[in-house]
Amino acid sequence: MSDTHAQTVSFVRESMIPQSEPPAGNRGAVLWMRENLFSGWFNIITTLISLYVIWWALSHTMPWVIRGIWDASSLTECREIRDATLPEGTSAACWAVLTDRWQQLMFGFYPRELYWRPVLSLIIFLAAIAPVLFPHTPRKALALTAISPFVMFWLLWGGSVWFPVSVALGFVLGWAAWRALAPLAGTLIASIVAAALPIIYWLYTAGPLARELEQAVALSIEYVPSQDFGGFMLSFIIGIAGIILSLPLGILLALGRQSDLFIINKISVGFIEIIRGVPLIVWLFTASLLLNYFLPPGTNFDLMLRVIIMVTLFAAAYIAEVVRGGLAALPKGQYEGADSLGLSYWQSMRLIILPQALKISIPGIVNTFIGLFKDTTLVVFIGLLDPIGLSNAIRASTEWNGIYWELFVFIGLLFFICCFSMSRYSLYLEKKLQRGHN
Amino acid sequence: MTTTSDAPKAGFRPSQLIYDTRYRSLTIQVIAFIALMLGLSWLVSNTIANLSALGKDFDFGFLGQRAGYDINQRLIEYDSASTHGRAALVGILNTLLIAVLGCALATVVGVLAGVLRLSKNWLVAKLMAVYVEGFRNIPVLLWILLIFALMTEATPQPRDFREGGDASMILGDTIAITNRGVFIPAPFWGAGAGILLAVFLVSLVAIFFWRRYAHRTQEQTGRILPIGWGTLGLLIVPTAVAFLALGMTSGRVTQPVLATGATEGMTLTDYAASQQTINACAVPFSTESLNLRRLMRSQEIRFNYVAVEDAAGALAALEAGNCNILSLPASVDLATVPAGAVALSDTIRRGMPVEFERPVLGGFNFEGGLQLRNSLIALWLALSLYTGAFIAENVRGGILSVSKGQTEAAYALGIKPSRTMRLVILPQALRVIIPPMISQYLNLTKNSSLAIAVGYMDVRSTLGGITINQTGKELEGMLLLGLFYLVTSLIISSAMNLYNSRVKLKER
Repeated sequence: MSDTHAQTVSFVRESMIPQSEPPAGNRGAVLWMRENLFSGWFNIITTLISLYVIWWALSHTMPWVIRGIWDASSLTECREIRDATLPEGTSAACWAVLTDRWQQLMFGFYPRELYWRPVLSLIIFLAAIAPVLFPHTPRKALALTAISPFVMFWLLWGGSVWFPVSVALGFVLGWAAWRALAPLAGTLIASIVAAALPIIYWLYTAGPLARELEQAVALSIEYVPSQDFGGFMLSFIIGIAGIILSLPLGILLALGRQSDLFIINKISVGFIEIIRGVPLIVWLFTASLLLNYFLPPGTNFDLMLRVIIMVTLFAAAYIAEVVRGGLAALPKGQYEGADSLGLSYWQSMRLIILPQALKISIPGIVNTFIGLFKDTTLVVFIGLLDPIGLSNAIRASTEWNGIYWELFVFIGLLFFICCFSMSRYSLYLEKKLQRGHN
Repeated sequence: MTTTSDAPKAGFRPSQLIYDTRYRSLTIQVIAFIALMLGLSWLVSNTIANLSALGKDFDFGFLGQRAGYDINQRLIEYDSASTHGRAALVGILNTLLIAVLGCALATVVGVLAGVLRLSKNWLVAKLMAVYVEGFRNIPVLLWILLIFALMTEATPQPRDFREGGDASMILGDTIAITNRGVFIPAPFWGAGAGILLAVFLVSLVAIFFWRRYAHRTQEQTGRILPIGWGTLGLLIVPTAVAFLALGMTSGRVTQPVLATGATEGMTLTDYAASQQTINACAVPFSTESLNLRRLMRSQEIRFNYVAVEDAAGALAALEAGNCNILSLPASVDLATVPAGAVALSDTIRRGMPVEFERPVLGGFNFEGGLQLRNSLIALWLALSLYTGAFIAENVRGGILSVSKGQTEAAYALGIKPSRTMRLVILPQALRVIIPPMISQYLNLTKNSSLAIAVGYMDVRSTLGGITINQTGKELEGMLLLGLFYLVTSLIISSAMNLYNSRVKLKER
C-alpha cells in the first residue's frame, strides 16, 4: 500500500485479525450430525427409525447378556441363582456353560493333558504361513514352511515320528529324481518319473521302512485317535489342510482349463464343473457312504481323512476358478513376452505368469478359504464333532439340557472373529496390490 | 503355446514324440488320456468287486418300489404307498420351492441392503454394514439352526392364543405365529376363478403391448406416455373389475345342501342330531367346501371331510356311501343326484371367485388356513438373509462401478434424477450386478441341501436320505442326487452365460 492511500482513507486495519472458528452450528460434531443424520426430513425420519431399531435390538439382548451368570455347574443351578438374585421375570444368560465346557468346544475330546500339542501346532502353522502372507520375512523361512505340515501332523495325531518322516521322504525322493533326470532325459520324462517314483515308494516301501526305523529307534509320543478330535480344532484342521492341499491341485486345474491341449482342457473343465455343481454336503455323504466302494476291497480308512480328501477336491475346484480369473486378468503381452524370450511352457508359467496371476488371485483365495472354513460346520452331518456337533452333545447332557442361545452366541462369535479378520486381510491385500491406474 | 521349430530334415523319428513340440503335445494328451482311463477303470473295477462282495447289484428298479414313509410337506399328491420315485419328485419340488422362495426374498433383501449401505445417512449405512458383515462371516448352518431355535423355542404355543393367554394373532387376526409353524389364510377357488385367471393373463399381455407401444411412440415422436401408471392400472383394474363383477353375480347365488337319509326341508341341526357321523364330500380348496365347513362350524357340528375330484366324483362317493352330505353347484341337474339324497333347508352361498379362510384356534392347534412349517420358515429366512448379505455387496459394487461422470452427464442433459437412475445408472450397474447375483442364486440352491439341519424334506432328505437308508442303494441314490444338482446348476449357469453374452460390451 502507498502512503498517500493511507492518508486518504480514514480507517485502515494494519494487522490481520486471527482466523476465527466457524460458527458453532457449522463445525465439529454438530456439523457432522447435521450432514450425516439430519440433512433433510427424509434423512431425519430414517435416523429416527434406525435409532428405534438399534434401541429395540439392544434393549432386548443387552440386559440378558450383561446379567449373565458365569458361575454355575448346570442349567438348573443357573436358574436358581437367577431367581434368587434377580427380580422375577427377568431373563439372564447362563454363560456358565462356557466356563464349564469351553475346552470341549475348542478341542473336542482331545486328552486334557495334551492340549499343548494342538496349540503348538497352531503356533507352528502361523509361523510357517508368515513368509507366504507377508513379503518382508526372509525367503529362507520358506524351507521351514515346507517341513511344517509333517511336524503339525505328528504333533496332532502323535504316534511314531517315523511315519511322517517316511512320508516326507517320498517328496524328497521325487525332488531328487527330478533334479537328477531333468538334465539327462528332458523335463517330460523327468516329471513322469518324479511323479511315479514317490507313489510306488509310498505304496510299497514307506510303511515297512517306518516300522523298521521304529524298531531301531523308538521315537514316539502318545497317539490320539481321530475320534477324539473335535470343536474348533477340528474346523481348523479340516479348513487348513483343505486349503493347503487344494492350492497346488487348484493351480494345476486352472492351468489345465487354460491349456490348448484338448484332452487336458476337457478333463479339467469336467472336474471343475462336476465338483462345483454339487453341494458340499452331497460330497461329504459320498465320502462317508461311497468312498469305500471306489477303493480296493478291504481298504478302510479314517473318516476324518476321507473328509479332508473330499474337502480338498471341493476347494481345489473353487480355487481353480479363482486362479483362472487371475490368469485371464494378465495382459496377453505377458504370455507373448515369455514366449518371445524362448522360455518353455513351465518356465514361462513359473517365472512370468504364475507369480503375477497368483498375486492377483490372493484375495479370491482368501475368500475361498473363508467359505471353506465356514463350510467345515457341515461335517456334523456325517458324525464328526465340529463346534455345532459338540453344542448338540452338550445340550444332550443332563446338566445343560435345553441351553441354546449361549452356545450359538459363542460359536457364532468365534467364527465371526476368524472370518472377519481374514476378510479384512484380503481387503488390505486388494488395496496393496492395486498398482496405479486410479 | 505357439513355439515353432525348424522343419525336420529327415522323416519322422520316435524321439520327436518327446523332443519336438509339435508332437509332444500329442504325446502328453495320449498319456493323460490313458492315465484317466486307467484311473476310471480302476475305480469301476473296485466298485464292481465291492458291490458283488456285498451281494448288491446296480439298478434303478428301487425307484418303482413302494416308499413306505410319509413326507410332511408335499406339493403333489403323495402318501406312504407311493413309490420311491414319487418321493424323490416330492423332494425335488420341495427343493425347488425353497430355492424359488429364497431367491425372491434374497433379491429383495439384498437390493435393499445394498442400496441402503450407500445411503448418505451414516446410521443406516452402518446398520446395513453390521447386517452384511454379520451374515457373511458366520456359517449359514448356524443361522439356520438359530432361526429354527427362535421359531420353536421363543414363539408362543397354540394354547397361549386362547382367551387369557398372552399371545395374539397379527395383521387383523389373519396370521398366527406359533411354535408349530406359521398359520396364514388359505385361498379357496370358486366359480369364475378360471375367468379371473384368464382376465389376469390377458392384462399381462396387454401390459406387454402397452409398453412396446409407449416405447415406439417415444422413439418416433418424442412424446412420453405414462408407462409406469399404465402398467399399474392394467395390472390392477381389469382383474379387480372382473372379481367384483363375478362376486356380484355368481358369488351371490345360493345352492342347496344335499344329504342322504334326510327328509325334504329338514334343518342341518336336526339332520346332524339324527346321524351318528357326518361325512362331507367336497372338492379340496373349492369355495363350496369352505362355505359348507363354515356352515357346519357355525352350528358346531363335528364332521369328517372326504376329498373328491369334482362334482361327478362327489356324486359317486355319495352313491357309494363314502359320505352322506354334500353341496353341489346350482348348474348340476338335481335329477342326476342319486335317490335318497334330498335338499336340506339350509343353503350355502356359491362364493366369490377367490375366498380366503382364516386360521382359527381348534382343539389343540390352529385349524384351517395354510400351515407353513417351522422348518420351511427357518430355512427360507436363513438362506435368504445369508444370501441377501452377499447380494447386497454385489449391488453396492455394481452401483459404485458406474462412474460419477455418467450421472453428471445425464444431469447436464437435463434428465430428471429418477430417470437418470432408470435409464443411465441401472443399465450399466446391472451388467456388473447380475452375473454374480445369478451365481448367488446357484449357491442358495445348493445351500438348500442344509435342509437336513431342520428336517425339511428336500430331495436330499427323501432321495438321498430315507430312500437310501431303506433300500440300501447308496450308489444309485447318490448318483441321481448328484445328477439333479448338477443339471440344476448347469441350467442356471448356462442362463448366466446367455445373459453375459447378451449384455457384453461390444468391443473390437
